[in-house]
Amino acid sequence: MLESIFLFLIVAAGTGGELCVSHAMKTLGEVHDFRPSALLQFVWRAARVGWMWIGIGFMTLAFFSLLAMLSMENVSFVVPVTALSYAAGAIGATLFLREKVSTQRWLGVLVVCIGVTLVWLSRH
Amino acid sequence: MKDSPGLHLKTYIFLLFIVLFAPLGNVLLGKGMKTIGSARDWEPQELFNILLRILTSGYIWLGIACLLAFFVAYMLVLTWADYSYVQPASAFSYLVVAVLGLWLLGEKVNLLRWTGIAVICLGVFIVGHTHPRTTEKT
Repeated sequence: MLESIFLFLIVAAGTGGELCVSHAMKTLGEVHDFRPSALLQFVWRAARVGWMWIGIGFMTLAFFSLLAMLSMENVSFVVPVTALSYAAGAIGATLFLREKVSTQRWLGVLVVCIGVTLVWLSRH
Repeated sequence: MKDSPGLHLKTYIFLLFIVLFAPLGNVLLGKGMKTIGSARDWEPQELFNILLRILTSGYIWLGIACLLAFFVAYMLVLTWADYSYVQPASAFSYLVVAVLGLWLLGEKVNLLRWTGIAVICLGVFIVGHTHPRTTEKT
């Protein structure tokens, strides 16, 4: 039961956090300059975007849920099952980020999810 | 929408960082949490003690450092590539995490789990043949 709760928190909070961070990154624009000073400036700009902090809050919750689950199960099981977020991510990207997810990309996400299911079944 | 070889090369380089640092970070966190152990009663005092042990664990901090490196690479790649492309493409980390779990932590990875990982990689291959960006720059 506890593992299911932690898995839900990892998937829901993790995906929600990533969507918020992705939204923040899109508002900043593409990075062309990879010098350390330019990257620091970029991080500073990112830190001033509200969506970034909301995303970090969600991802922190997901992180501690991951730690709790890692204390109970093997990493080679925990990490694959958290890939339930792939379906949630594709749906969220379509609904909230207005990304055009192609049929081929949906197919890829579906195949990834089948693989994750096999990993889940490998536990028993 | 610009479709240049440079865009693809840049994307692949950052995806490589993502699939290396994320699994290594998770394996280090797994090692740390296995050492610390899980809560039994979930009482505040017990949770506080576990939190203290987490904050003083070298494995946990090394794992966090790796995940931070992953996060920076992830943030940068999201400035030009779609989230729905980056997220599935980073699924190669499953292969890496299983190999590291087997190699560094001595975890048992059975045939069904390897099959599942192979299927995940197939999904990644399909996703990898879509364009990194399907939306216009803002």
